[in-house]
Amino acid sequence: MLRECQWRKEMAEKWSWMLAPWTRCWSWRGNGVGQEDDRHVRANDREYNDKFSYADNHIKTSKYNVITFLPMNLFEQFQRVANAYFLVLVILQVIPEISSLPWVTTTVPLVLVLVITAVKDATDDYFRYKSDQQVNNRQSLVLRGSLQNEKWMHVRVGDIIKLENNQFVAADILLLSSSEPHGLCYIETAELDGETNLKVRQALTVTSDLDADIAKLADFNGEVICEPPNNKLDKFKGTLYWRGNKYPLDNEKMLLRGCVLRNTDWCFGMVIFAGLQTKLMQNCGRTTLKRTSIDKLMNTLVLWIFGFLVCMGVILAIGNTIWEQKVGRSFRDYLPWDSTISNNNAVFSGFLTFWSYIIILNTVVPISLYVSVEVIRLGHSYFINWDRKMYYGPKDTPAEARTTTLNEELGQVEFIFSDKTGTLTQNIMVFNKCSINGKTYGDVYDEFGHKVEITEKTTCVDFSFNHLSDGKFRFHDSSLVEAIKMEEPSVQEFFRLLALCHTVMSEEKNEGDLVYQAQSPDEGALVSAARNFGFVFRSRTPETITLYEMGAAVTYQLLVILDFSNVRKRMSVIVRNPAGQIKLYCKGADTIIFDRLDPSNEDLMDTTSEHLNEFAGEGLRTLALAYKVLDRGLFEEWMRRLLLASTVMENREEGLAALYEEIETGLMLLGATAVEDKLQEGVPETIACLSLANIKIWVLTGDKLETAMNIGYSCNMLRDDMDEVFIISGHTAGEVQEQLRSAREHILGLSRVGSDVGLEKTEMLSDDSVFEETIIAEYALIINGHSLAHALEPELEQMLLETACLCKTVICCRVTPMQKAQVVQLVKTNKMAVTLAIGDGANDVSMIKTAHIGVGISGQEGMQAVLASDYSFAQFRFLQRLLLVHGRWSYFRMCNFLFYFFYKNFAFTLVHFWFGFFCAFSAQTVYDQWFITLFNIVYTSLPVLAMGLFDQDVNEANSHRYPSLYRSGQLHLLFNKRQFFLCTFQGIMTSFLLFFIPYGASSLGVRDDGLDISDYQSFAITIATSLVIVVSVQIGLDTYYWTAVNHLFVWGSLATYFAILLALQSDGLYLIFPSQFRFIGSARSCLAQWSVWLVTLLTTVMCVMPGIAVRFLKSELRPTVTDKVRSLQKAISKQSPRELNLRRVRRTSSRRSAYAFSHQQGYGELITSGKNMKVSTAAPSPSIHSPGWVQNGTGLLENGMKRKDACFVPSEHSGTWEGMERTEQVPETICSGSKGTQQTLIDSRGNSNGDI
Amino acid sequence: MPKEQDLANRPDNTAFTQQRLPAWQPILSAGIVIPGFVLIGLAFIGIGVALFLTSRSIQVQEFDYTGVDTTSSCYMCSSTNVPNCVCYVNFTLTTKFQGMVYFYYALSNYFQSHRKFGASRDYYQLSGDTTYFTAPLDVCIPFQYANTTPIVPCGLSANSLFNDTFKLYQIVNGTTKLVPFDGRGIAWWSDYNIKYQNPKVTPLKDAFKGTAKPVNWPKPAYELDTTDPSNNGFVNQDFLVWMRRAALPNFWKLYRRITDPDYVGGLPAGNYSIEITYNYPVISFNGKKRVVLSNVSWMGGRNPFLGIAYLVVGSLCIVMSIVMLIVYAKFKFPDDV
Repeated sequence: MLRECQWRKEMAEKWSWMLAPWTRCWSWRGNGVGQEDDRHVRANDREYNDKFSYADNHIKTSKYNVITFLPMNLFEQFQRVANAYFLVLVILQVIPEISSLPWVTTTVPLVLVLVITAVKDATDDYFRYKSDQQVNNRQSLVLRGSLQNEKWMHVRVGDIIKLENNQFVAADILLLSSSEPHGLCYIETAELDGETNLKVRQALTVTSDLDADIAKLADFNGEVICEPPNNKLDKFKGTLYWRGNKYPLDNEKMLLRGCVLRNTDWCFGMVIFAGLQTKLMQNCGRTTLKRTSIDKLMNTLVLWIFGFLVCMGVILAIGNTIWEQKVGRSFRDYLPWDSTISNNNAVFSGFLTFWSYIIILNTVVPISLYVSVEVIRLGHSYFINWDRKMYYGPKDTPAEARTTTLNEELGQVEFIFSDKTGTLTQNIMVFNKCSINGKTYGDVYDEFGHKVEITEKTTCVDFSFNHLSDGKFRFHDSSLVEAIKMEEPSVQEFFRLLALCHTVMSEEKNEGDLVYQAQSPDEGALVSAARNFGFVFRSRTPETITLYEMGAAVTYQLLVILDFSNVRKRMSVIVRNPAGQIKLYCKGADTIIFDRLDPSNEDLMDTTSEHLNEFAGEGLRTLALAYKVLDRGLFEEWMRRLLLASTVMENREEGLAALYEEIETGLMLLGATAVEDKLQEGVPETIACLSLANIKIWVLTGDKLETAMNIGYSCNMLRDDMDEVFIISGHTAGEVQEQLRSAREHILGLSRVGSDVGLEKTEMLSDDSVFEETIIAEYALIINGHSLAHALEPELEQMLLETACLCKTVICCRVTPMQKAQVVQLVKTNKMAVTLAIGDGANDVSMIKTAHIGVGISGQEGMQAVLASDYSFAQFRFLQRLLLVHGRWSYFRMCNFLFYFFYKNFAFTLVHFWFGFFCAFSAQTVYDQWFITLFNIVYTSLPVLAMGLFDQDVNEANSHRYPSLYRSGQLHLLFNKRQFFLCTFQGIMTSFLLFFIPYGASSLGVRDDGLDISDYQSFAITIATSLVIVVSVQIGLDTYYWTAVNHLFVWGSLATYFAILLALQSDGLYLIFPSQFRFIGSARSCLAQWSVWLVTLLTTVMCVMPGIAVRFLKSELRPTVTDKVRSLQKAISKQSPRELNLRRVRRTSSRRSAYAFSHQQGYGELITSGKNMKVSTAAPSPSIHSPGWVQNGTGLLENGMKRKDACFVPSEHSGTWEGMERTEQVPETICSGSKGTQQTLIDSRGNSNGDI
Repeated sequence: MPKEQDLANRPDNTAFTQQRLPAWQPILSAGIVIPGFVLIGLAFIGIGVALFLTSRSIQVQEFDYTGVDTTSSCYMCSSTNVPNCVCYVNFTLTTKFQGMVYFYYALSNYFQSHRKFGASRDYYQLSGDTTYFTAPLDVCIPFQYANTTPIVPCGLSANSLFNDTFKLYQIVNGTTKLVPFDGRGIAWWSDYNIKYQNPKVTPLKDAFKGTAKPVNWPKPAYELDTTDPSNNGFVNQDFLVWMRRAALPNFWKLYRRITDPDYVGGLPAGNYSIEITYNYPVISFNGKKRVVLSNVSWMGGRNPFLGIAYLVVGSLCIVMSIVMLIVYAKFKFPDDV
């Protein structure tokens, strides 16, 4: 079903840069019928529902059928300006008075273009049709009195359908009942948002009582009144009216089309939205059309060419008027005026001539340009898809160009906006080091006591003593295992804490095959570490945690979870061990923990603090661990107050926080953990290389400031040798403004001092953004989400932009998806620069869509970013290749292609202009009509295509090695208006020489047998031959990289020219069509003449030599980087390429790193309530541990949700929980689970008190 | 290593897909460009000298007989409108006219290159298709029908057929001796044999029944050369020469060759006279009429332009190569160190 969406996206982008009002019709269609205010649906009542004419469940994404294809496709095609233009030309050509060219000359290329496009459209549409068919014919069980098998397309709004396990949901349906208790059912939404984790939906209690009772279901006559169709996947508002009662409906009760039912035997649902009105289809809405800057330039240029064409027409028309006045008037004996003219005057003749010239000069607007550009882009896209160096083996993911229209823009990127998690980092946390009781573990030393660099080959610690260990876990320092085996109490306690104090869920499918479901990867890493070191977290119930401590099962009573929050920056658990001892285990940010330690810990604290600094210096994320033995009496007293506090309606949270604070004091320090946030492979090198290419990389992350900075350091974006790192973290607009201003003044003030040094550089780069270039000192700007919200206000955004652009590195943290898009938009609109956004998650979708180019990281769980993206690949480091190799080549090729194409057409066409002065401005063409027809589509199309597809100025190794080559794209150097003028100038000069050299040579030309060859046909053939040779030589000179294909096409085209020339002027064709092939015999007669070949040679040399000379002198006097690299490449092609040393230098920083908590609040409650424990959920009696639950089942969680909804800032998270959609889905799951078991909870309230 | 089926999506490793096609990568280096320019320059100068000398060796005699000048013998013919008015151009050859001599007539300011001259003819007619005799194509307008009778050959081009005739006399000791002209082989082989064909009707006249002659013509097409059926009608060589339309407003058209055995080595020095039957009016549009005697070489007729152009381009190439050498020496060598 994703394909459905994809098709539409592709369709929309195809030819998008031409006017395509048709697409507007399409989206109108997608939006459904008319304006629907509220939707009324009554179950099992067709007649009632039919009144509203809702869309049925038949899906049609194909555009045509056999009959409508031709008219519709043609209609669509002729809405493109270029095609329409050529159609007008054909019409003009039919008018005899002005027809200067037979209509075939334009029709043949036009038909060719139309046919190629139509074939492409037809194949696309056929595949769409096939997939539609497949979807429409899926079977579904529909309740029509009894259950009947129906095709999907016959499902109607209001029908009750039955879904079975692993079936696709056929339409947007309201869940009525299911096989699971409480009307729960599980769905997978991979097709909707790409997430493969299960989500829970729950039916209303009243409807879930219907169960699978067909009779009851058939009698069900509830009416749903709900919102009209929209594309919000996560929102639904409606009300069910049944038996006189009202029941509110929300998204939790909806199963959307495209989901798959999982782990649920069956469920019944009532169709609310069908077919095109389903949320899935509504979501397939067109993305904004992206056009490259070359596209825009090309369109401008085509307009200019139109203008130029009209000017030419006017000049020649005036010439014609004058000629008719001065000469034609007296030449009437031989050339009488048409009746139309003679009655009027020469001006009218000029008017007709204007149109005639428009016809014959039409080839300056090349009809094959657009098609060729499409072909070239398609080719470039395939090269990206085929690139093995962008293929990621471990995930079997090749790179994919999802749009074919943006390739050359990849060579012009100036700003990269990157997400952090999953893009720069792998989102894999590795337990790397720890400090236990003042001793560090994790480093490996050789026999001389030197630290050994840990590589893949370093031997790992053997965990075979522990049959529950995780084979994937790698640890290199065996001293820790020894310590464990020695049963050192602090080490044991350390790992016991890690095994107890967390919110991880375990799943044990087979004996010993433990799978942890951690909601933050940090925690997963820590619990896994504890598992391997012999403290295996095996299972939990709402009130117990079972560990296998060195092989023996130990069950702890879980008394309270003091959950994590942003403010607390720590979490604790209070457990009772089998010995009856009550202990509090706490882990959290070091600063927080240190504040709450017992004074006796001072020495240990100092050592641990040193270790923490060391860890931080290596870019590791740290947590401090502490414990406390609680006195039973004190705890019970505290517990009582906690229960009380949790019943209070007002300020409940503050009350709870204070209580937590109270018990988390006097802790005993155990040590610290260090977790590595693994960067993706090659990230620092890629970033270094890209910044050498003068691409500015901004990191936009939802992460915390510390985490973001940490990653900034580890991927070399931030360095200790930077002059200044500005951190903007104001809470009011004023503060932010002040901070920005001072940062800016700081930079500018310093740069003025250093401006003498920068002077030279300024002169060298005297193009744009001179000022920014003069700043040599390196600055970094880090801005958090709150400040960004202020900074993005209209009055501050300019200042933000200026300051940010002065800095080498910009990191925005705690950014919402919307803000990501805003930042991109800010740069996009103000900097006139090409922006690229790269991300992997749903939270990056907005920025991916906003940026000129969106790149998605594929091969991971979520698909949304990829679906919204223009390019996708599996690893961040492929970006370097995409930009520096593919992008640069694409840009280079496209520019060369355009340069040559315009040149060629000007050289070809303007000969007519010069001839105008010698043919009485009568719109006589210089060439044979066949030559005009075939020149662009046969004689010269393939060599330039081959150049556009295969050319390489510099090979890929050097493209990587010399990132400064990329500069030319950013500065639009290869094709711009100046280049356009140059190529038109070259074209005009060529046409001038092409005309006047044969003119001079053959004006009174005589053959070697005395026959005159100053005739028109010989003249035409001389010029045409010269032209074909000149443009072929020129493409030869413009081609840097002569593959066999280039040779074949260039030589083949020349050969084809002569072959066709002789064929078209052969006797046979003339005898069949005398008036079409009038040039009979001319080629034979002409090409046998020395003088013709001498003229051709002279013309070729004269047209080509100046170009070569200029190019040579340019490369000598002012060599571009490309020139230098090319000659270098030539010179050292035999030597092996030297390694580019961009390896990351391990920094020695004193900075304290981020603490390893990428947690989301609210999980503690979830665990103690047991809602997320699937099998054991309903049965065990929930106990008092979750204070909030007892009195108010959903209280705490609802608060949690509200928090999320209200601020929408992805709160404490870094991992999977980053982002809008995901953030919201977490509470969804929680809530549906919680409500499901709500009744059980309340019922068993009485008992639960007795537990303590 | 993952297994083979795990790599189902791995792109093929071919030179084409990986953009590693073997390629020749020429660079415009000094080692190629400068010697290249020198070579081309030298070659061009060589060709230029050859062309220039050849062109100089070609003899051309040209005489204007428009009759604008009152002293001209054709003044009478041009100012009055007498049909078949005869006038003379006399000239003296001081040296022998070498080789085969070609006799051309030349028109200037005559726009046979106008689009309508090209368009206004019916190729079906001219290739002998009699169905188009009764219904000529519309392109022939305004010479499609004379009143209602179809014109054959129709159209502007045919209508404006050049109809001055020439005779060349050698004056030997006061007596005039006709230099015989050869009217064959003056048209293109393909025109004569393929492109233009008379209808396969004998006598030819019958094919033209119910048609009118072109308005300007004194006699119909089937009477163009009554003496020689193979030079009559649409295959009349004078007609073919005229119908092969000139590209530019000033043009020569071959009238006759001198193939007579008496003159096979050329025209000896002496006095000559050309007798002109003056019919074709050109004065009204400032046209000029000339007769031209010329011989040819391997490169065709006299054409100083080509030789000079080659010399100029050749020299420019040499100059450019020197400039490039200087630039190269000045800018390149310090860099290389």
